[in-house]
Amino acid sequence: MTVAEAPIPMTMPEPAPAPEAEVKPRDLLIINYSGELEKVWATMLLASTAAAMGVKCRVFVTFWGLQVFVKDSKRITGKNWMQKMLSFMSRPGISHRKLSKMNFLGMGPWMMGTLAKQYKNPSPKELLEIAQAMGVEFIPCQMTLEMFGLTKDDLIEGMGEPVGAATVIGLMTEGSAPLFI
Amino acid sequence: MGADAQVDARGLNCPMPIVKTAQAVKGLASGQTLEVLATDPGSVKDFAAWSKTTGNEIVEQSADGGVFRFVMRKK
Repeated sequence: MTVAEAPIPMTMPEPAPAPEAEVKPRDLLIINYSGELEKVWATMLLASTAAAMGVKCRVFVTFWGLQVFVKDSKRITGKNWMQKMLSFMSRPGISHRKLSKMNFLGMGPWMMGTLAKQYKNPSPKELLEIAQAMGVEFIPCQMTLEMFGLTKDDLIEGMGEPVGAATVIGLMTEGSAPLFI
Repeated sequence: MGADAQVDARGLNCPMPIVKTAQAVKGLASGQTLEVLATDPGSVKDFAAWSKTTGNEIVEQSADGGVFRFVMRKK
């Protein structure tokens, strides 16, 4: 008998019963690659929301994204002149992020910050503090740390142990939902 | 019905109503209830998603003049 000839069932199948045992939500893994204000904002917003929803969230911070996690008070970082130049040209710290468009020498970020305050939206820095307090793990990239000449002392408090790409891929294969921002 | 705790998230925007709720729920015992007031229109769907993911049930929900009221019961 072909599929077309199969008798139509007279009753609708019963809906699957709600699983008794709790289905554990997938972990979330955000790869925070970018350092621009709007992207860092998205990372912090999603990370803090995940934590609020009881979802285990890890944020791997790499390349331009690592500069975000340098203490705001640090101005020049790095050991050699190229690394120092890098921090001079692109100021590290979460409070010194630039917009990818309409930056206008800092006018854009200032306006964004003012609008956010007006509409009671938390800043990336506030969201970072919330996320950390709620157990989100921020994990620096070992390779970027070295290439940018950063030490653990340059980074904000509460960062995880530096790891490499294999750890990130390992978490993905174990079922973490990945986001590349 | 008097809830065991309250969160006033009126005027706050995404994701703060959810964040403040999660923080308040942490301090409750299983079965206790939390009353949340919010004005963020997105919070209606957001709280439904939050409830589904966390397993904390929304036992009451109403809207009055732009203020949304939810009562959650901790799992």
